Amino acid sequence: MKEFRISMPMRYIINSLLLVAFIVAGHLITQSGLLGRAHNANIVSVGIFIILAVSLNLSTGYLGQLPLGHAGFMAIGAYAGAIFWRSGLLPSTASVPAGLLVAGLAAAVVGVIIGIPALRLKGDYLAIITLGFGEIIRVIINNLDSVTGGAGGLHGIPRHSNFLIVYLCVIICCIAIHMLMKSRHGRAILSIRENEIAAESCGINTTYYKVMAFAFSAFFAGIAGALFAGNIGLLVPGEFDFMTSINILMIVVLGGMGSMAGSVIAASILTSLPLFMAALNEYRMIIYALMLIIVMLFKPSGLLGTYDFSLSRLLEKLIRRRIAAKSKVKEGEA
Amino acid sequence: MRDPKIPLIPERDHNKSPVLECVGLGIDFGGLTAVDDFNITISPTEICGLIGPNGAGKTTIFNLLTKVYNPTRGSIFLEGKNTKRYNTKDVNKEGIARTFQNIRLFKNLTVLENVLVGLHNEMDYRLFGSIFRLPSYWRSERIARERALELLSIFNMQDIAEHKAGSLPYGSQRRLEIVRALATNPSILLLDEPAAGMNPAETESLMEHIGQIRDTFQIAIFLIEHDMQLVMGVCEGVAVLNYGKLIAKGTPSEIQRDPRVIEAYLGTGGQADA
Repeated sequence: MKEFRISMPMRYIINSLLLVAFIVAGHLITQSGLLGRAHNANIVSVGIFIILAVSLNLSTGYLGQLPLGHAGFMAIGAYAGAIFWRSGLLPSTASVPAGLLVAGLAAAVVGVIIGIPALRLKGDYLAIITLGFGEIIRVIINNLDSVTGGAGGLHGIPRHSNFLIVYLCVIICCIAIHMLMKSRHGRAILSIRENEIAAESCGINTTYYKVMAFAFSAFFAGIAGALFAGNIGLLVPGEFDFMTSINILMIVVLGGMGSMAGSVIAASILTSLPLFMAALNEYRMIIYALMLIIVMLFKPSGLLGTYDFSLSRLLEKLIRRRIAAKSKVKEGEA
Repeated sequence: MRDPKIPLIPERDHNKSPVLECVGLGIDFGGLTAVDDFNITISPTEICGLIGPNGAGKTTIFNLLTKVYNPTRGSIFLEGKNTKRYNTKDVNKEGIARTFQNIRLFKNLTVLENVLVGLHNEMDYRLFGSIFRLPSYWRSERIARERALELLSIFNMQDIAEHKAGSLPYGSQRRLEIVRALATNPSILLLDEPAAGMNPAETESLMEHIGQIRDTFQIAIFLIEHDMQLVMGVCEGVAVLNYGKLIAKGTPSEIQRDPRVIEAYLGTGGQADA
């Protein structure tokens, strides 16, 4: 008997319907003010951290490198987007997507410039060099008073980031990375993680794919940065220090390197924790740290390891089980 | 005795130009000369063996051919073209595919995905096509998938296509490496100890497969092997390496009688007495 499979167009239809339902429901709920301001703000920052984690997962989990400068790309995107929006070049409806695109592209360009020299190195050397680049970006922003407002910060950024815009970006980011990974380009990226020499011997241009994955990762970090700027309306360079990079990396590691679903879940949990543990005051950080230690002790590969969730696969499994049960009943009758 | 510099070409390849030619190839690692003055000519459908004691420089030669190392001296001609400016991926695109002595599979990918990585350059859709799932993506992926399953069927592996490569038994991993190398559409296939770790029955069937691959794909095969039964059984020409130098090349029977080869493997009578 042939195994039951949901056809590709059907999968796309099911998934798109669910995504549309999610966006509409989320938009209505956040607009209605049912949850209160604190929770609404938290949901938006969860979305921003999902983008950051999923994009970092591309270069750590899939490409297998360890960059520590993600906050640097976020900063570039944040300032590029903020400066674009403040300039008021375009009318407000076109301005939001254009600003996000500018932010992403600016970060991607810097990603390529940094990636070409940095990706010649591996492991801890790459970690240190990207950490250095991330700090350089922050210091430059800090000292470029005329453009970025320097240490005093950049004020009066239009606060565009609502649920709708942030989660549309989350969905676009996840879909784009998913589509990339399930193609020959994605397999090339994975093969570099698995064995670089073998990948090269299979005719794969490893330098190109490393830089490409890095640029992709930076692109979405840039978008997340712009959303971040549009969320709080005020940027100070101190926001994008080394600890922010570490926090994003922590989300990826906790969720499981190489698992997009893991990054999404871990980003939601870790970003929401401070809000839900507000009552615990200073004990909060202890619990936070303990939780990380416990996960790493009992599940070193992260919450989901490299497992990736697929709704269609789950549905197929359920339907197959139903079919099997039915045919058993029929056999029983016969 | 045959001069190793004179190529030995099987009769059917007599009026074809060689697929691979090494002239005076050598590499030094610091003060150590690992390979020196290595000359070989391999014709388009030849199965050629490379043997020699441990540490003779056999794998180094494969690494030179695939540009994992850059030669210090000499040149490599692939279908008449000098590969001086090529790097590892260019060499593969131009027609050299290889397997590794210590298996280098993409262990966390499935068997099918391993072969699809080999087919990477056979697919033509671009980044844009993959993100927006253009028709070129679907067509290319479907053709590649069919081709991958067809290649896997050489070793009867199409039914385990969805298994993780790292979960396969040792022998199957070696065979999968050969399939992945074949997927890159080479004109010469380098096999680094393909029978290592295989039992006699597996080695026997591998021998048949090597001949069969040559016949179906019409490619040259250059293999390093310690299993003399395999080397003498499938190779038409055998080159013997000792201390980085080619000491003999000839037909298997010539090699078996060559005193220099016997000396390299067993030592001289005088040393044995002392």
